[in-house]
Amino acid sequence: MKTSSLLRCHEDQTEKPKLWQLRLYVAGQSPKSVAAFANLKRICEEHLAGEFEIEVIDLIENPRLAKDDQIVAIPTLVRKLPQPIRKIIGDLSDTERTLVGLNLRSSTKSGRWQ
Amino acid sequence: MTKTVTKQKASPPASLPKCPTGIQGLDEITLGGLPLGRPTLICGGAGCGKTLLGIEFLVRGALVHNEPGVFIAFEETAEELAQNVRSLGFDLDDLIKKKKLGVDYVYIERSEIEETGEYNLEGLFIRLGYAIDSIGAKRVVLDSLETLFSGLSNVAIVRAELRRLFRWLKEKGVTTIITAERGDGTLTRHGLEEYVADCVLSLDHRVAGQISTRRLRVVKYRGSPHATNEFPFLIDEGGISVLPITSLQLQHQASTERMSSGVPAMDAMLGGQGFFRGSSVLLSGTAGVGKTSLSCHAVDACCRRGERCLYFAFEESEAQLLRNMRSIGLDLEPWVKKGLLRFQVARPTMNGLEFHLTSIYKQVETFRPRLVIVDPITSFLSSGTDAEASSMMIRLVDYLKSRQITALLTNLNHAGSALEQTNVSISSLIDTWLLLQDLELNGERNRGLYILKSRGMAHSNQIREFLLTSKGIQLTEVYLGPEGVLTGSARLSQEAKEKATSVIRMRAVEGKRETLARRQQALEAQIAVLQLQFQTDKEEMERDIASEHAYVVKLDQSRDEMARSRKADYSGIQVPSKKGRK
Repeated sequence: MKTSSLLRCHEDQTEKPKLWQLRLYVAGQSPKSVAAFANLKRICEEHLAGEFEIEVIDLIENPRLAKDDQIVAIPTLVRKLPQPIRKIIGDLSDTERTLVGLNLRSSTKSGRWQ
Repeated sequence: MTKTVTKQKASPPASLPKCPTGIQGLDEITLGGLPLGRPTLICGGAGCGKTLLGIEFLVRGALVHNEPGVFIAFEETAEELAQNVRSLGFDLDDLIKKKKLGVDYVYIERSEIEETGEYNLEGLFIRLGYAIDSIGAKRVVLDSLETLFSGLSNVAIVRAELRRLFRWLKEKGVTTIITAERGDGTLTRHGLEEYVADCVLSLDHRVAGQISTRRLRVVKYRGSPHATNEFPFLIDEGGISVLPITSLQLQHQASTERMSSGVPAMDAMLGGQGFFRGSSVLLSGTAGVGKTSLSCHAVDACCRRGERCLYFAFEESEAQLLRNMRSIGLDLEPWVKKGLLRFQVARPTMNGLEFHLTSIYKQVETFRPRLVIVDPITSFLSSGTDAEASSMMIRLVDYLKSRQITALLTNLNHAGSALEQTNVSISSLIDTWLLLQDLELNGERNRGLYILKSRGMAHSNQIREFLLTSKGIQLTEVYLGPEGVLTGSARLSQEAKEKATSVIRMRAVEGKRETLARRQQALEAQIAVLQLQFQTDKEEMERDIASEHAYVVKLDQSRDEMARSRKADYSGIQVPSKKGRK
């Protein structure tokens, strides 16, 4: 991992690779970034208990990393795994849309688990 | 930033500080370049050269003005970009390696992005900021920022962020070019001109008569005067060149230096010294009168002086011209080899007029000749309307004059058209106009040359017969006699006839003179005979008189003696009167 601020949520203590690898790009401690992280953590804990890993990348500290994941907007959440890569921008305050973005919920028939 | 201010050349006093683009012609139109440290919007339709203009701005900045630049590409990857401009001689990879250029490809695809709640474009700012800071960039190109509108659905956020971006760029003090697609009836599709209010350039690509021409216009330039016309520009292997030729004014210097036309007899006709340097000379005439041959003499003379000459041929290939000139004793090939003469051969219909003009302009700028030949200017008519061709010629003549380059233009008059008229109506611009004319007489065509006008010098008003010989062009005086102007064999036969007549006359005069002498001799002889006769008569008569007189005296004596002897009275005797002395 090339990030400086890495946060792992070890709900499950086993060392097997996590099914969900998420990366959150933020710019410093802006309210939107803080809100996005809080929202993300809440959603993951609710829907992906023990199956996720969140990496937070602060672009102010590591501006060069913005290029690799084609970051334009802040905050941006990138689902690295499972494939394919998906991007969700915004503070993740809209839980429904976040779940759709993570492909945890179909965008057409809301309320159905995938 | 302050250091670029000192770099700009020819900028008007107390004007906005400007950032020279390094693009040929653009800095002239904008009187120095783009506003320094401010954003400039370049708008135009698809394929009109926006991206290229942006790239060239950065490349010239890096190479010429030593200002590193950053290119943020929203539409193509760095590899694609490098590939696309390689044909123009721009090596982006090399510039990137030397840290003079940074290229960042920003990819936004709406279908891959889910928007949940509030966000901003800080990511773009960070990337841009990082790219600028890592090489100390002074120039930035954003191509094309409008992709943000199609990639992100929250237009309100995008607009707010764009406003912030431009403010941020200004604070950074980088000179920025933002490209945008032309909208329907508006300058840009998403109204970017609202944010970028400092300078707006519009590019255009129009097709008229199957020939396309690119044009550039400065729509606005806050705080600076600028040229307002549409200027043609072209993209060729050297990048973009804009032609600010219409902005030329009649301010060129007038040289008093003269240059030979290459034909001594013609120089003699032109006040003895030939053309003025930097003047425009027009050679007009119908097909085959020797316009090209005459031009080539001037070329030869120019190269002999060691001056460079640029020949634009629109009807013959270089090899053909060289071969044909050899037939009249002109070998131009050594000049080509020496690099003093360059031929630029093109079919006139190959390109639009503006392209021709731009390519002439470019060639002249790079080759820096003292003499330019355009043979013939009438070819331009086939690639545009009369008005366009004439406007182009005016600009060409003006341009060459302003550069103090002598222009020799040939004009092909079509049979039947008025000779003293050029098809592209530029006669009034021309300083020296030579007219080559076919003189048809007795079943043969001969060439006549005369000077229609030649500003600022005494010149001959005589028609000369123009001969193409194996030793080049010769001008001879035409026969001007009671039977009019005679040329060619008619002139020769007339001359022979005159010579014969005069010989006969000479002989007749001599004959008469001899007769006179003989008559005089005869007369003198007669006079001598008469005198001799008179002398004889005179002597005879005197003899008679003397003897008569002696007789009378003797008679008197004998009478006296008789009277004495008879003793007669002396006084009674009468002397007979008829034998008396007279």
